[in-house]
Amino acid sequence: MKWILVALRKDLLLQWRTRAHVVAILLFGATALLLFSFAVGPNSEALLQFAAGFLWLGLMLSSTLALAESFQTEMEERALEGLLLLPAPARAIYYGKAIGNWLQLTLLGVGLVPVMVVLYDAATWRLPELVGVLALGAAGLSAPGTLYAAMTAQTRARQTLLPLLLFPLVVPVLLSAVKATSLLILGDPMLQLRAWVGLLVAFDVIHWSLCGLLFERVVED
Amino acid sequence: MAGLSTSRSRTPFVLLGLAGTLLTWGSVWGLFFAPPEFHMGDVYRILYIHVPTAWNAMLAFTACFVLAVLSLAKGDFAWDARLEATMEVGVVLSLLLCLQGSIWAKPTWGVFWDWDPRLTTTAVMVSAFAGILALRRFVDDPVKRATWSAVAAIVASADVPIVYFSVRWWNSLHQTQSSPETVSVLFHWPLRINAIGMLLLMLGLVMLKTRTVALRLRQELAPPLPQAQPARLGAAAEAGGAP
Repeated sequence: MKWILVALRKDLLLQWRTRAHVVAILLFGATALLLFSFAVGPNSEALLQFAAGFLWLGLMLSSTLALAESFQTEMEERALEGLLLLPAPARAIYYGKAIGNWLQLTLLGVGLVPVMVVLYDAATWRLPELVGVLALGAAGLSAPGTLYAAMTAQTRARQTLLPLLLFPLVVPVLLSAVKATSLLILGDPMLQLRAWVGLLVAFDVIHWSLCGLLFERVVED
Repeated sequence: MAGLSTSRSRTPFVLLGLAGTLLTWGSVWGLFFAPPEFHMGDVYRILYIHVPTAWNAMLAFTACFVLAVLSLAKGDFAWDARLEATMEVGVVLSLLLCLQGSIWAKPTWGVFWDWDPRLTTTAVMVSAFAGILALRRFVDDPVKRATWSAVAAIVASADVPIVYFSVRWWNSLHQTQSSPETVSVLFHWPLRINAIGMLLLMLGLVMLKTRTVALRLRQELAPPLPQAQPARLGAAAEAGGAP
């Protein structure tokens, strides 16, 4: 536990020092949201209908940039090897990085919400729930994303491989997070929100434990 | 690399020959001798190849999970070779499955694609496993390649039930499950013959592909020879301790 906190501190510090990059990713996400509305056309009803989907697609696309960057910095000067030589368990390094990525992605999601509200007129007053769904969805992206980023950062075609591996895997996150966000924006007459949030939680629990177990094998030599 | 067998036994070819015979037999029976189905007429006949493909594609992906666990636990390249072969055959079978499904769906449902949970899960699995196959092409270190593809296969397999349930909830419009028990006796035999034929086809292809992968791995893992020597790989394999 102590090791996780130390690793998390290191990753947060790293993110803080490269905060220009985080801002750039946020701008990328906002641009993506703008492009989605061009693709649909100026039909405000349709835009409102698809607002949640666009928000999550924007977040998903920007997440690959954030996740890839988180391990890219460790590849420079063979920093990862140095980290693994420390007497800290590899699992702590994974959880530190995964939590760091999770916080960053949640922040990105929160940053994209105002863009969504302005562009698609998709406002909701259930803000705590919205942030909760964003946090759960971001957790679902960051657990497998961190694991795959650790692999793909060491390969030749990393820009292609990370989304290729990650996107099919996070289909349940996309489905349930979009549904939950949509229900928050458009109203939830059938009280389905709980089921979707439950699915997100199940996905998070499975992937946060499984990926943590497998990470050691990914970086071991 | 003890278990990397590159033996040249004829078993896969025998299996493929048997598979060809059975598939021809079953398909001819299904196409020309089985009675037409009441509602769908002749369109249903694709079932004789579609359902066996589906069973075997699922079998291949289940085997991938088992092989990935074994590969990770034992660290033997033989399991890695089997994993790659099975994954590739599984991806090909699932692609065929989607293709056959679309051919059947257009005249029956009026659309090529439907967001049915089984269909969508198959599509997601194909892209997940094809992604792993792509990953394998971009990792040069055989040890890392083996570990990573096993890890990715385990994570992808663990994801399959979640994908299935999420899609099922997402799209509550649900088709009636076409399980083999609902098929009349008249339709049984061609279906069974084709299922066994398809199984043998899959096994034969997996064995052949395993051999190819094993040859490639053997080449990658071999220490550089002091002088260029046109070694016969088969002989080296037998000397190197085939299982």
